Amino acid sequence: MTLADLDIGWGWTLAIKTVIVMGLIPAGALVLGYTFLLKMMSHMQSRLGPMDPGGFHGWFQLIGDGIKFMQKEDIIPAGADKRVFKMAPAVVVLSTFLMFVVLPGGPDFVVANLDVGVFYALAVSSLSVIGVLMAGWASSNKYALLGSLRAAAQLIAYELPLVLAVIGVVIQAGTMNLHGIVMQQADGEIFGWGGLGNPFILTQFVGFALFMVAAQAELSQPPFDMPVAESELVAGYMVEYTGFRFLFFFIGEFGTAFVYAGLAATLFLGGWSVPFIDADDDIMNFLGPGVLFVKIMLVAFLMFWARFTYPRLREDQLQALAWKWLIPISLVNILATGALKVAF
Amino acid sequence: MTLGTRPAGFDVDPSLYRHLADAQVNVELDTGDMILNLGPQHPATHGTLRLVVRLDGERVVASDVVIGYMHRGYEKLTEFRTYPQITTLINRIDWLSSFANEVPFIHAAEQLMGVEAPPRALYIRTVLTELSRIATFVLFLGEMGLQVGAITPAFYGFRDREYVLNAIEAATGGRFHPNFNRIGGILTDLPWGWIAETRESMRKILKSCDDFEDLVVANPIFQQRTRSIGIIPAELGAAYGVSGSNLRASGVDWDLRRDGKPYLAYNDLDWKVWTHPDGDSFARYWVRLQETRESARMVLQLLDNLPAGPVMAKVPRIIKVPEGEVWVNTENPLGEMGYYVVSKGATGPFRVKIRTASLSNVSIAPWLLRGVYVPDVITVLASLYFILGDIDK
Amino acid sequence: MVMDAASKQVKGMLGGLGVTLKTMFRPAVTVQYPHEKEAPAPRARGVIALLEENCTVCMLCARSCPDWCIYIEGHKEKRPPRREGGRERTVSVLDRFDIDYALCMYCGICVEVCPFDALHWSPEYEYSEPSIANLLHDMEKLGEWEATVPDPEPLEQGAEVKGKK
Repeated sequence: MTLADLDIGWGWTLAIKTVIVMGLIPAGALVLGYTFLLKMMSHMQSRLGPMDPGGFHGWFQLIGDGIKFMQKEDIIPAGADKRVFKMAPAVVVLSTFLMFVVLPGGPDFVVANLDVGVFYALAVSSLSVIGVLMAGWASSNKYALLGSLRAAAQLIAYELPLVLAVIGVVIQAGTMNLHGIVMQQADGEIFGWGGLGNPFILTQFVGFALFMVAAQAELSQPPFDMPVAESELVAGYMVEYTGFRFLFFFIGEFGTAFVYAGLAATLFLGGWSVPFIDADDDIMNFLGPGVLFVKIMLVAFLMFWARFTYPRLREDQLQALAWKWLIPISLVNILATGALKVAF
Repeated sequence: MTLGTRPAGFDVDPSLYRHLADAQVNVELDTGDMILNLGPQHPATHGTLRLVVRLDGERVVASDVVIGYMHRGYEKLTEFRTYPQITTLINRIDWLSSFANEVPFIHAAEQLMGVEAPPRALYIRTVLTELSRIATFVLFLGEMGLQVGAITPAFYGFRDREYVLNAIEAATGGRFHPNFNRIGGILTDLPWGWIAETRESMRKILKSCDDFEDLVVANPIFQQRTRSIGIIPAELGAAYGVSGSNLRASGVDWDLRRDGKPYLAYNDLDWKVWTHPDGDSFARYWVRLQETRESARMVLQLLDNLPAGPVMAKVPRIIKVPEGEVWVNTENPLGEMGYYVVSKGATGPFRVKIRTASLSNVSIAPWLLRGVYVPDVITVLASLYFILGDIDK
Repeated sequence: MVMDAASKQVKGMLGGLGVTLKTMFRPAVTVQYPHEKEAPAPRARGVIALLEENCTVCMLCARSCPDWCIYIEGHKEKRPPRREGGRERTVSVLDRFDIDYALCMYCGICVEVCPFDALHWSPEYEYSEPSIANLLHDMEKLGEWEATVPDPEPLEQGAEVKGKK
């Protein structure tokens, strides 16, 4: 059952899909932010985190923060390039929304089932670099400039391991279509036993590790958070942004984490499929999003766990890691995957 | 701009060919220098320190330290106050290790008076000094991790500091500013149960040091950020007046508790001075970690051997310190702190000169910061560990 | 040797993760003020209380305060002689005894120098005010704090002096 069956015309379909995407991004950002940033980080640091807002363990904290940001004064620095300054957060968040378009939540529960889904997702994810550069330059602030230049170098450098890691998955699945990749994992067999399907993390563990490291860098999270180094640049390229413009960046950051975790779950953990239920069943349109959500939380747990534990790499060490280690390892991974795919 | 090799007799004006720069392999890009103000308000400067750096891209070409934003006029304040009042004020010079600030001053007054504190008072003073050393260092272990980018160790640092601060509060009444030393001894004795509780706190501190070792010291990213960064050569450090753990991390085996004039109860203890040969930021972190453990062990020894007796010597009610001058310096957590007290026989000193460790420690910063990257500026400043109240007095 | 260095790095990375995971499962150390409150130590220097009947207006506390935050005014009164035919006694009576807690450094010198045991420390700390002028506690308010002064506690073994405070 897809929206096409409902026969409501392309205008309404488009409207419904837009609303879903635009609503799910902030919702995902909120859930991720609350669970991991507010609660998991706090407990890892021997404290409780917000407890009062909303009564039960402070669940209202982030929503309250959002309302607070909305009602703040809109301050733009005097020397800033106003048009570019205003557009920058939108560009950053734009790439998140566009990535979300191909993420499947069920056999038919996807906004657009593109044949080049993986290619499109990775291509569109690099749009955020432009937004970061715009933000840093338009802020007329030396700290912001430093931060955005670091960010540009870092984000471009880590695009390559990200893409190369995913190529291994594409070779193994034989398709770039995300729906196809999930079906391959759901219907696959481990040495002849089909009970659990064949999540690609088992064979593509190197690719998974590379993807996680590269995603961490793409999200500017520690250990790769030179662009927003808290103790040096105090939010780097975002330093002049306040109020709802900063809210955009915040939603962008956690929304993108949500989407990258979703991509990792889809490519490596089997997406919305569950072991013992037939993947093509209509019931998966309802169960699928929930299953995907659980997997997203698992992947996000790993991302945020590393975020709160490690210090940050210096800019040149970061670049050395990408160019001298991650890219060669990913190339070897592609070689091995290709060879094994032909052999078996 | 060089154009590489060119045929003999081929003289060329380089500016005509600037547009070919991309085709060249070895081209010096002429970028202008940027002056960045790590201003008085900045999360990485430990207070109101201003660092003006000239950057070439991300490299520091030159830097300058501007201090004085927190000058409170301590030496002038001491001219018009009595000894007990000054003891209260000097707690606030280095506010993290507040008890240790009082010790050299009271010692100076006691030397001028010819009074010696009874052994129990000396032991309790040593315990509280070592507790303040642990409090300062445990905070350093946490917040250097924060400056390098790991947000979690900072919270562990503050959590562990609470154990020590609660112990100091139970004994003296004040968490940060004990004001417990008096000429001739200490104010009063310890409350019932304090020794057992402090023993328990020391065990927690020792376990927490192991956590810091696993979380920070053993972390390859931390080591990459701090090894070979900000190396202080031993002779240069000594020439600049750098003292304390910074000098010991450059391999200099010098500790005023053991090598200076004997004070407090250090001679009765079995303890070790920790040094590290490298002199980089990692060495400074490592030395302070070991010294924290050593201080916890020293406190346990002191508590085991605490002598019984009075805590105050026989001193008159209104204390007038006889005429004279004396210089006393001690091994404070941040380095060497000293007081030169000039007394003219009144209830308060005539002049007090305060030598603080952080002023000398931060004076080496411009030399250290030549040619490092901007992130390394933060690492170096964090590893020197100065407190603005200590610099500016 | 390369494997040695590599394994040390891997162990270093995993060790840190272990510490944070371990701490996540231990109870947090947060005390949720104002719902829960930690009891400060009995000796904690929270606020100074005045026992008016002991005060003889000797002004030692006001003189020894480093901040000069104690304001005292008093006058002398004549009292009847203790027995027949004796001299009339003069007694100092307090008119005004204010401590300005906006200036007070909580050093305790005033409590220490009082020869007549009229000033005491109390561990009460919840007296912050929206207006700074209300931080000047007058004689009446200082007398109210007396109820919160804890009893002198026993000292550690080995102490010679019986604990006064």
